[in-house]
Amino acid sequence: MKHFLSTAVVLASLAMLAGCPSKPPPAPPPAAENTGSTSGVADANANVDETDAAGPSGELLSKRIIYFDFDKAEIRADSQSVVAAHAAYLAKNPSQKVRLEGHADERGSREYNIGLGERRGQAVRRALLLQGVAELQLSTVSYGEERPAAAGSDEQAYALNRRVEIVYLK
Amino acid sequence: MKKLALSLLVLASFTGSAFAQLKLTITSGVTDPIPIAVVPFARAVPADGGVDVAAIVQRDLESSGRFKGMARTDMITTPTTATDVEAAAWKQMRNDYVVVGRVTAVAGGQLAVEADLVNVLNGQVLPLNRKWTVIPANLRNAAHRVADAVYERIIGQRGAFATRIAYVSVDGQPPKQRYQLIVADADGENAHVILERDRPLMSPAWSPDGKLLAYVSFESKSSAVYVQDVASTQRSRVSARAGINGAPTWSPDGKKLALTLGGSGGNLDIYLLDLATQQLNRLTDDPGIDTEASFSPDGAFIYFTSDRSGSPQVYRIAVATRERPKRVTFTGSYNARPRVSPDGKQLAVLTLDGGAYRIGLQDLTSGALAVLSKGQQDESPSFAPNGAMVILAGRERGRGVLQTVSIDGQTSARLNADAGEVREPVWGPFLP
Repeated sequence: MKHFLSTAVVLASLAMLAGCPSKPPPAPPPAAENTGSTSGVADANANVDETDAAGPSGELLSKRIIYFDFDKAEIRADSQSVVAAHAAYLAKNPSQKVRLEGHADERGSREYNIGLGERRGQAVRRALLLQGVAELQLSTVSYGEERPAAAGSDEQAYALNRRVEIVYLK
Repeated sequence: MKKLALSLLVLASFTGSAFAQLKLTITSGVTDPIPIAVVPFARAVPADGGVDVAAIVQRDLESSGRFKGMARTDMITTPTTATDVEAAAWKQMRNDYVVVGRVTAVAGGQLAVEADLVNVLNGQVLPLNRKWTVIPANLRNAAHRVADAVYERIIGQRGAFATRIAYVSVDGQPPKQRYQLIVADADGENAHVILERDRPLMSPAWSPDGKLLAYVSFESKSSAVYVQDVASTQRSRVSARAGINGAPTWSPDGKKLALTLGGSGGNLDIYLLDLATQQLNRLTDDPGIDTEASFSPDGAFIYFTSDRSGSPQVYRIAVATRERPKRVTFTGSYNARPRVSPDGKQLAVLTLDGGAYRIGLQDLTSGALAVLSKGQQDESPSFAPNGAMVILAGRERGRGVLQTVSIDGQTSARLNADAGEVREPVWGPFLP
């Protein structure tokens, strides 16, 4: 996939992340302990995602999936306008929250891929923050390779699976 | 335990729900397996429920790749005691050993299993010195214990047939998939679904006593680590902190879990969680991805995956001092998901081998890495408790399957699911 990464893309990605260290600084130990009661079987098996909302419409805003190159967490040039549109919308609607769901393709180890998916989710999060979205509007989750968008073990499926999904919440 | 301050949840029973049943096929063995005749045992009809103990013993021994069982149709006599074994005749039929035995009904509705091993090359009876008394439902387990005893008497190493495995089974097409956490005997039989969810389940890990499984579930739309009692299916949520909660692994004393936590900033590092006190201690602190912890058998070190050098490699850190982690793997551009062998001398890793993801075994003394598996997308190695085999996940015709491979790479067996795909096998400890 490296050959797809033109200099322009790299520059655009760098511009996007300007002011952000290429690796995030070490975070303090996660403090928020949430080890209370387990959710019940019925809740856990609920198929309907009650908190997910339709979200805004429009040419760019209806695009909710950001794709990534192999082993990369930089937002590609072809996705910058989509990210920017969501950033503008969220900045204008500060009560609107989104969940950023990071994913990886199936190659490599599963827990490491959880890390790769998270890195992608964080890249979109940082881009949104840089464009005026408030921290409280954003949450991330990484599914690694556990929730593929496409089945199959070929580059076509892999490309569809390396992604961040922007999920609007109610 | 400080009651874990958690509500224990009894899960609804999943009886009747369809799930992937495994079928074991031996795919390759050593060039000169030991010929052995496992003669049908004297039965206790009807209390034994038709369980063919000798067939289970023979299949176990063959699955190790070290033995070749004699076909029953070639047996001329079927003795059930050592005194009735005519050594010369069995030797004539090209056997080195003969196993005979008896299942008898005893008091309290239980069954007693006894077996004798005869070296027919010299006529010596090799006593197994054990009698296994079980309830009828556990007759298969008794058969596995006979196989363990025979294996140990001949090979000189403890058998691991009377152990269990856990794995994740996935059904359906993305994005509507169902995930099941399944516990089965090491031969794939006697499978039980212990948890079923429509969001991902991953990274099961056995407690050292073989009673509990820690795992990751996304059922609440973010990752959380749970600990579940396999027998009762009661469970508790032990970590649902902000961000990633992943890759649980037990300390050898069973008191702590090593976990990967990401926090809201998404920086994955390894932490130690004391299960009784809920005290959390950070073990690694690096901006790269640190994950997939595995304890050394003495509990002194943790091996883990980190991409602090650019690509994923395995590092080691001393638990007591938390000294600067030392890089352990140097062969190739991708080494992840370490698991330390029970004797602490080897490391099983997921390694990128000329474009294919395979399981490698690294000698921790010499640093030499040998590729063990032959697939294109193998992953999730886990050692048998006797260290003789590794169970792993691979892909065959686009479907996840499980395999066992001997650590010399000579012997392999496949555990095929009849439906769905299976992944993330973990081999449990020896059971008392």
